[in-house]
Amino acid sequence: MIKRAHFRNPVLPYLLIFPQILVTVVFFFWPAGAALMQAFLISDAFGQKSRFVWFENFATVFSVPEYKVIFLRTLWFSLLVTLLSMGAGLLLAVLANRAFKLRKFFSTMIIWPYAVAPAIAGILWMFLFHPSYGAIGRHLHEAFDWNPTLNATHAMVLVVVASSWKQISYNFVFFLGALQSVPRSLIEAACIDGAGPARRFFVITLPLLSPTLFFLLVMNFVYAFFETFGVIHSTTEGGPGGATSTLVYKVYSDGFVGLDLGGSAAQSVVLMVITIALTFVQFRYAEKRVHYSGGR
Amino acid sequence: MKFLPLLALLLAAQAQAKTEISFWHAMSGDLEKSLNELVAQYNKSQDKVEVKPVFKGNYTETLNAAIAAYRGNKHPHLVQVFEVGTQTMMSSDAIIPVQDLVTQSGVKINWGDFVAPVLSYYKSKEGKLMSMPFNSSSPILYFNKDWMKKAGIKAPPKTWQDLYKYADQAVKAGAPCGLVVGWQPWVLVENFSAIHNIPFASLDNGYGGAAAELKFNTPEVVKNLETLQSMTKNKSFVYEGRRSDPSQISFSAGHCAFYMDSSGNISTLKAANKFPWGAAPLPYNQGTKPKNSIIGGATLWVFKGHSAEENKGVADFIRFLGQVPAQEQWHKATGYLPITKTAYKKLKQDGYYKQNPEQEVAIVQLTRSEPVANSRGIRLGGFTQVREIMDEEMEKIWAGKSNAQEAMNTAVERGNRVLRQFAKSIQ
Repeated sequence: MIKRAHFRNPVLPYLLIFPQILVTVVFFFWPAGAALMQAFLISDAFGQKSRFVWFENFATVFSVPEYKVIFLRTLWFSLLVTLLSMGAGLLLAVLANRAFKLRKFFSTMIIWPYAVAPAIAGILWMFLFHPSYGAIGRHLHEAFDWNPTLNATHAMVLVVVASSWKQISYNFVFFLGALQSVPRSLIEAACIDGAGPARRFFVITLPLLSPTLFFLLVMNFVYAFFETFGVIHSTTEGGPGGATSTLVYKVYSDGFVGLDLGGSAAQSVVLMVITIALTFVQFRYAEKRVHYSGGR
Repeated sequence: MKFLPLLALLLAAQAQAKTEISFWHAMSGDLEKSLNELVAQYNKSQDKVEVKPVFKGNYTETLNAAIAAYRGNKHPHLVQVFEVGTQTMMSSDAIIPVQDLVTQSGVKINWGDFVAPVLSYYKSKEGKLMSMPFNSSSPILYFNKDWMKKAGIKAPPKTWQDLYKYADQAVKAGAPCGLVVGWQPWVLVENFSAIHNIPFASLDNGYGGAAAELKFNTPEVVKNLETLQSMTKNKSFVYEGRRSDPSQISFSAGHCAFYMDSSGNISTLKAANKFPWGAAPLPYNQGTKPKNSIIGGATLWVFKGHSAEENKGVADFIRFLGQVPAQEQWHKATGYLPITKTAYKKLKQDGYYKQNPEQEVAIVQLTRSEPVANSRGIRLGGFTQVREIMDEEMEKIWAGKSNAQEAMNTAVERGNRVLRQFAKSIQ
């Protein structure tokens, strides 16, 4: 049973949420609306001339043969990043949740990468793994012919790992919080009943983690779709031969390198629709399997 | 303490008396320092105009910042735009052609004294100069003298055929890499085409209008790329990455025997200075007579929408930049070219090139012939992205995923889509 908060003043609640609404409108709805409008225009970079062209920009986007390839690659990339970063985050959280001496220290260290800006993270990874001057990449190059500047698979591995690394901290924080809220009594009861660590994890902990798991699934997909731009831009620039170019990277490239604002806006609208659809599907189907503890 | 506000007021009044000119640029590190020195000298030289330089990120970022500022009506007076952004600026309807600005302001500049290939790159179809050449460079061939000695090579190669052979010899003598190339689309396609007098795009490389189509999948370009592809097997050609840095690092570390890149890298290589090196003009195919190479770098564009007084200040600053002392100082500090014949003559008379022969290579290469339609320059919209596409397709060649002909055909096809999209946007 959740008690309904009761406000005497009918204006106060609106006043209280006003700042948040303002931020959302100014930084999210407004740009999204502008992109939607721009998607139906062809205009020069300086905004001197623009023409309304209905769906011509969308038609152009879908007529490009690379678009389908990039679309599939983005899905594949997002799936890998989500699995890797969530898996690693969960593993580290489970380890850090056990009682040991340097627990606080390790938790803090694991959270650090989240504070690194994506572009910086990308540059760090490039400097480590460049085949001719990277501190690690040089040796990998000698030993395994590692070469992300030319080998598409190697480049993909590099951007997936770098992007996941950046997101592990985020997942770790949420998983650790969720793990700590698993009631000790349940675990102890299971122990007394003779359940081993693996069984305790899969039967008790994991179901109780499911809301977090579900939330992170959505967040990680959105992260992989949109926010990996900085990492990709500073490690591979979408190369070699476009092998690590994703949808959001193409939006950047067409909009800011090619200065084709209409085409770029049309692509971001497509991206917006895809993300809304994905989130919808996740809420519709995945949420049914989520177990929320507490009032429901 | 009491008179401090008064003093501030006085200073403000004095500052107001000067015309302020904002100047957005993309020069970072040592280049920014040299640029700031140049501007400070100008500000000291007279008391009417105060130029304020502002660093706005790399070339692409600076261009984007200027575009955004123009849309918000907060644009600077002057902005530095790299050569591939020329068409975008020209067709923007947001600028005043430099030549008009100078004439209107009554400032005297002798354009005839400017080096022809530099000027011709930035002239309109009607022959009007659109922007002020500022930092200009051209690609040249650098060589590591140690590796040449070990491989028994006496002089730097003049032709590509020699270079193929020498690079292979250097690898056989133990070099981990024979040849490396920075800015590959610019060097191996754009300049290669210009030097061999073959078209890069139709309608005189785009100078004839926005309907131009790419044509660089020519037998000569393809043949050269094919040979380089076969050379990747024994590392007599090595691909290190896009733009300049990865290749430059590899050459500076002493890995590569030969290296092609912008003459603007001379100062960086001098600073690294680990081994004896030299510079020579880019090679050409045996049996051809090489034309001038084309330039890279950036020019200064003047935005519309400022007062006549301010425009006059801009014109005066531009006059200052073209004068010998400014040219000399900028060239010596950065390795970018002196762009007037008088400045070049003076440097030569002073014996500067006897001590710094590498500084002269690009100038000689740029001025060795009168520019023809194919070597005048390249004028295409969305060109930055066309270069990106060329980079992608060339990477496929080096990775062995595509043969040279296929890759160049695809690059032409994809690039033409960008050109068509641009043509639509300026209709």
